[in-house]
Amino acid sequence: MSMAEAIERHVPDGSTVAMGCALEALIPFAAGHEMIRQRRRELELVGPISDALFDQLIGAGCVRRVTAAWVGNVSEGLGHSYRRAAEERVPRAIEVHDHSNFSISLALWAAAWNVPSLPTRTLLGSDILRTNPGLVSQDGLVHVTAVRPDVAVVHVQRADEHGRAHAWGPLGITEEAGLAADRIVISCEELVGADVTLSDPNRIQFPETKVVAVVHEPGAAHPSPVQGYFKRDHAFYRQYADRSRTVDVFDAWLEDWVLGVPDRASYMKRIDVDSLRIKQHRPSVPADFGDE
Amino acid sequence: MSDYTPQELMVAVASREIHDGDLVFVGMRLPILAYAVARNAHAPSARGLFEVGLMRDQPASGFLGTMGDPPNVSGALWATRMSNTMALMAQGHVDLGFIGGAEVDRYGNLNTSYVGDPASPKVKLPGSGGGADIAILSRRWVTLMSHERRRLVERVSFVTSPGHGDGTPGWRSRMGLLGGGPVAIITTLCTLRFPGGGGEAHVASVHPGHTVDEVIAETGWPLQISDDVSETSAPTDEELTSIRRFDPNGFWTRS
Repeated sequence: MSMAEAIERHVPDGSTVAMGCALEALIPFAAGHEMIRQRRRELELVGPISDALFDQLIGAGCVRRVTAAWVGNVSEGLGHSYRRAAEERVPRAIEVHDHSNFSISLALWAAAWNVPSLPTRTLLGSDILRTNPGLVSQDGLVHVTAVRPDVAVVHVQRADEHGRAHAWGPLGITEEAGLAADRIVISCEELVGADVTLSDPNRIQFPETKVVAVVHEPGAAHPSPVQGYFKRDHAFYRQYADRSRTVDVFDAWLEDWVLGVPDRASYMKRIDVDSLRIKQHRPSVPADFGDE
Repeated sequence: MSDYTPQELMVAVASREIHDGDLVFVGMRLPILAYAVARNAHAPSARGLFEVGLMRDQPASGFLGTMGDPPNVSGALWATRMSNTMALMAQGHVDLGFIGGAEVDRYGNLNTSYVGDPASPKVKLPGSGGGADIAILSRRWVTLMSHERRRLVERVSFVTSPGHGDGTPGWRSRMGLLGGGPVAIITTLCTLRFPGGGGEAHVASVHPGHTVDEVIAETGWPLQISDDVSETSAPTDEELTSIRRFDPNGFWTRS
């Protein structure tokens, strides 16, 4: 399935969308850019920290609410579009449901386990309890209300056409986001056969019954890193920080890198892929799943 | 090698907060370098924990722009999900955490969320990330920031990550916070420390080239000065060599 078709079918206006759940790696930028091109509106974005992607969607006017622990540009600092939306309502006002990294994970686990909330000892004494109605302090514990995404969008190293996705490296809150979501959209560096995915079922991230789309989209996570495939493009994040400082330069950036680009393949032609590609491979030793 | 930048000094000072054998919740930016420096010097059996879902012993061999960069993953002791790293911290297994701050007050409370009314903020800061979790659950923690009057304020308007609360003795235990709270604020001018059990920050040492008067002028509350205030030890050649190995282009320490 193409990315355009996956977003058209599975991420309608008003969706609650979990993205960037592996924190700084495997961020599904190609999917986010397609949402911007298709002029999605009224999205609620859910994630732990967002390294630039949420900032771009907010700046493009796609977002009504952010439910996250941190939104900015990890190596550069503040998210300028996020600031404009929260401080000046430009391009529109957004609602913010503050979390910590631990509490957003628990909110998704609560949804995954189909319970109204989960208790924790974190956030006691924090004013985040004052601004997020979904965090309730009672009897020395904080009760974290479930957050249920309509869709989790996840980039992985490889997947098969049946939706069995292999991802590796640290995965943040990816697992609970997928289990909490009604459905999962996968993009992958490599589309492989079931012989590959089923050779290592421990590495399959989600039940295939939840996966509604698999998009073969090499480079879909750029400028974020993909273990074994791509390094992080630090310079691109720096350029984005500079080119998002005002509305005018942000709108020009958006036209240049998103609206004026038909698809990810065209985008990747403008990237110095060779300098970012990981060339020194370190494959793990295969696990033996022998049974008799 | 006696010339160094303020950031290099802060990294060296932060590295000295890491004790050998500590499990360190490393965080982002300068503490990533501080962990590498400590590990190569006085803390060879420290381990680092990263909320992205990693545990390491050796520092990454390549430059890190973020904790999720590929060099931080290869050679890891454990690659996992975030909630597992939080589980260790909730059990009291994290000895030391680092948190970046935008604003800090005299009791070590951090604001990384809102300047002004949260409903209509003057500045929307990025948020907690894992900061509030580290502040509440790690056994002790340290924050690093630029020493400016607008950042070191009498009381933060929004407590993202609680330090010693209202400064009264035992505030954290009364509130049910598991960890011990902040032990130091490392700034571009000085190191502030807290008394055991909580309370108010005081100047413990002033960085070379700066004065107590300068520190007082750049601080937004009437600052307590230790009777035995000293000059911060400058980075050693060994520390600077280590810093420059892990930040070869000065991305974190020379820009």
